[in-house]
Amino acid sequence: MADSSNIASTASSPSGSAYQTDALIAEDIDAYLDQHQNKGLLRFITCGSVDDGKSTLIGRLLYDSKMIFEDQLAALEADSKRVGTQGQDIDFALLVDGLAAEREQGITIDVAYRFFATEKRKFIVADTPGHEQYTRNMVTGASTADLAVILVDARKGVLVQTRRHSYIAHLLGIRHIVLAVNKMDLVDYDQQVFDRIVTDYTAFASSIGVDAFTAIPLSGFKGDNIASAPSASTPWYSGPSLIAHLEQVELANVAAQDGPFRLPVQWVNRPNLDFRGFSGLIASGTVKPGDGVRIVPSGRTSTVKSIVTFDGELEEAVAGQSVTLTLEDEVDCSRGDVIGAAEDPPQSSDQFEATLVWMSDEALKPGRGYWLKLASQQVTATVQEPKYEINVNTMAQLAAKTLELNSIGVAEIHTERPITFEPYDRSRALGGFILVDKITNATVGAGLLHFSLRRAQNVHWQPTEITRDDHASLKNQKARVLWFTGLSGSGKSTIANEVEKRLNVMNRHTFLLDGDNVRHGLNKDLGFTEADRIENIRRVGEVAKLMSDAGLIVLTAFISPFRAERDMVRGMIADTEFIEIYVETPLAVAEARDVKGLYKKARSGQLKNFTGIDSPYEAPQDPEIRVNTVEMSVEDAADYIIQRILPLK
Amino acid sequence: MRSLTHLERLEAESIHIMREVVAEAANPVMLYSVGKDSAVMLHLARKAFYPSPPPFPLLHVDTTWKFRDMYALREKAAKDAGMELLVWQNPEAIERGINPFDHGALHTDMWKTEGLKQALNHYGFDAAFGGARRDEEKSRAKERIFSFRTASHGWDPKSQRPEVWNLYNARKAKGESIRVFPLSNWTELDIWQYIMAENIEIVPLYLAAPRPTVERDGMLLMVDDGRFPLEDGEEPVLRSIRFRTLGCYPLTGAVESKADTLSAVVQEMLMTTTSERQGRTIDKDEGGAGMEKKKQEGYF
Repeated sequence: MADSSNIASTASSPSGSAYQTDALIAEDIDAYLDQHQNKGLLRFITCGSVDDGKSTLIGRLLYDSKMIFEDQLAALEADSKRVGTQGQDIDFALLVDGLAAEREQGITIDVAYRFFATEKRKFIVADTPGHEQYTRNMVTGASTADLAVILVDARKGVLVQTRRHSYIAHLLGIRHIVLAVNKMDLVDYDQQVFDRIVTDYTAFASSIGVDAFTAIPLSGFKGDNIASAPSASTPWYSGPSLIAHLEQVELANVAAQDGPFRLPVQWVNRPNLDFRGFSGLIASGTVKPGDGVRIVPSGRTSTVKSIVTFDGELEEAVAGQSVTLTLEDEVDCSRGDVIGAAEDPPQSSDQFEATLVWMSDEALKPGRGYWLKLASQQVTATVQEPKYEINVNTMAQLAAKTLELNSIGVAEIHTERPITFEPYDRSRALGGFILVDKITNATVGAGLLHFSLRRAQNVHWQPTEITRDDHASLKNQKARVLWFTGLSGSGKSTIANEVEKRLNVMNRHTFLLDGDNVRHGLNKDLGFTEADRIENIRRVGEVAKLMSDAGLIVLTAFISPFRAERDMVRGMIADTEFIEIYVETPLAVAEARDVKGLYKKARSGQLKNFTGIDSPYEAPQDPEIRVNTVEMSVEDAADYIIQRILPLK
Repeated sequence: MRSLTHLERLEAESIHIMREVVAEAANPVMLYSVGKDSAVMLHLARKAFYPSPPPFPLLHVDTTWKFRDMYALREKAAKDAGMELLVWQNPEAIERGINPFDHGALHTDMWKTEGLKQALNHYGFDAAFGGARRDEEKSRAKERIFSFRTASHGWDPKSQRPEVWNLYNARKAKGESIRVFPLSNWTELDIWQYIMAENIEIVPLYLAAPRPTVERDGMLLMVDDGRFPLEDGEEPVLRSIRFRTLGCYPLTGAVESKADTLSAVVQEMLMTTTSERQGRTIDKDEGGAGMEKKKQEGYF
């Protein structure tokens, strides 16, 4: 990097027309504000490392549009001398690297957002510098971007990282790619160098499906082709300047208006009994009063009555606006539902193929239940073993059992109930999702739905007339799932049996699902590996859910050693109906009892993956009911449980 | 086909964020500091939930040292929005008579940092809206829209969650809370333009008027009430001043200005060469890392 005074002096008198606003600000501020009231907004991402001159480029964009004030520049100069890596020169990376922890370690661990404006548009730049965490950060920044600026050092040409950046940008659905061939000043503005890089990149781009991009020869440092083009040094270049291009590309929210109407419902607005509005951000299409709509997944149809806003009712609303709709009919509609165009409603499914980007230190666990959030829907989802992992440098497909931090792969996703979606390449809002760990609550992955694996894509969820409440009330009871968990030999089955006998005497309709019995039939194809144990519990959860839908009080007696799977079942069952009962028995006591002789076998190594011996038991942290079989007899425990679950009407 | 303006898109995003919080948090609150950003945030909340009033209260963490004009607008704004206004003053700071003249940095720590933690704990709020913007200050540029705090309100930059698309993960363990910044992507200019476009009422101190002032350590301070201890021979001088940010009056530097309309203020802002927070003393402590350090301690 050359001397800092050079940067400041060229930047303070930008050559292009994009920023020539000072006169208007001084002379007629109202005219200026009027002009700026109606700008569009473009979000873009810059990809590249400090070596590519990215920070210098961003620094210049900010400086030229007066987003760096003199006091910040003074602080930057002081910081550059103190901790900078550019000797006595200005280190623009310091402007971009915000956190003290990062500065001390000399790494950037995150995505920073920068803001600047020109005459025509406002810009939000997602800046994702980075090293190890690159994939995760770039995916985050790219997810909201309409355009990607991929920086290439003219001296180095298309590198592995150029491919990686381009692949991720394309994967995340960015339709506008700018190949910014930077540092042209260091190759004497040689057209042949530029042309060769463009040729190399064209070949690669078409191999990953990028059919159009805009290549611009730049010098972020000298300012060539940033604000105006062609610069005196590149008379051979006939394309737009970077700024001119950023000002004219089509905005994603305009493109989204072309799609069918979709409103994911975030919140139901009920100020009083006479008003019921459905609030959300329009994901695609447009809507007018009188339009026919279908609510998915229920399948009910109605007509839009009004578009209500604080500023009065609207004649029409478009993709990108946050609105509240009222409907002509009293239909069931709540958070998570999607209101769609009646003639072209979105699909629902519970099995998908998706690309996953793993964002957590803890690797993906196939079969485990994670929270999946898509638009305003939240469900439990499991990921199957990946079909393959993608090497983001070579695009090669590799065999994989799991996905580690920063890896990208393709896998099947199963959700515990159908979700309403669009393929990601049609809708980011209804095709992008995150996965959340149920115990740590961390966001562990981001995913892109491609298609449903069900053939019956056009089968909408059939609204049934007899509800689960109808089933239960006919039986004169409330449905419940009493989920007994504990070590082998803790007394789960015995106590559950005792509880069922008492309920039977009380004329309650019950059913007891026992671990051993289920393994003779429904689950006889499953063994005792971690993955099989997870599937065992998932199936039992599904059966318990069906039975509770039928109005029964279901008792289950399974070791169910993993907290995540118990929580998965809890997520399937209606609120307040799932009652976790921890049958607490110290390992030593259960082992001493050893009713089935299993502990003995496990200790001698004849039995593998035995809970408590060589496979963990994760005790419930906050069960609804806890019974200690050392202190309580079977009868006392049963009485206590009955007393805790009453009333059941 | 209609292209939304940048203000329409920012508005839609902020409203979307607020609705997500209300749908997912058990007990949300909006931190209301009476400044211009708070005014915009409150206005957006009214839009987000209309015709319902915003379904959460406003919380003002008071230091007893705000400008008198701020207290006046505080009451009116809450009433206009039909919202409950909660005012919290740290009882320990009251008891010990903590003030900006005698206690320096301790003043901010006790009234604001500690006061905020006390108030959140007292009411059991699990989500708190704040008006911070990413363009304000360097360490904020990387702040998430949903910022997670431990049960002791600490902020750990390394354990923040990635925010992909507009999907916010609001799940948290008992005791943990989130600070939510619906104005993250707004710039100072956006705020002013929106105030003008929507005719939002702001504290008159943002506009220039003749006010009694003294000069201390290169800062122009307004003598807003009788508690301001004048030094020997010090006389308040009437100057035409306005404020770029509002906080405790003895800690907030004014700028000399004749800008007595909103557009004149914006004009001055666009032509100025110093950044917004410069009038506040808080960022200058602890070298460049002042704000980041305060955040880790639980300051907003």
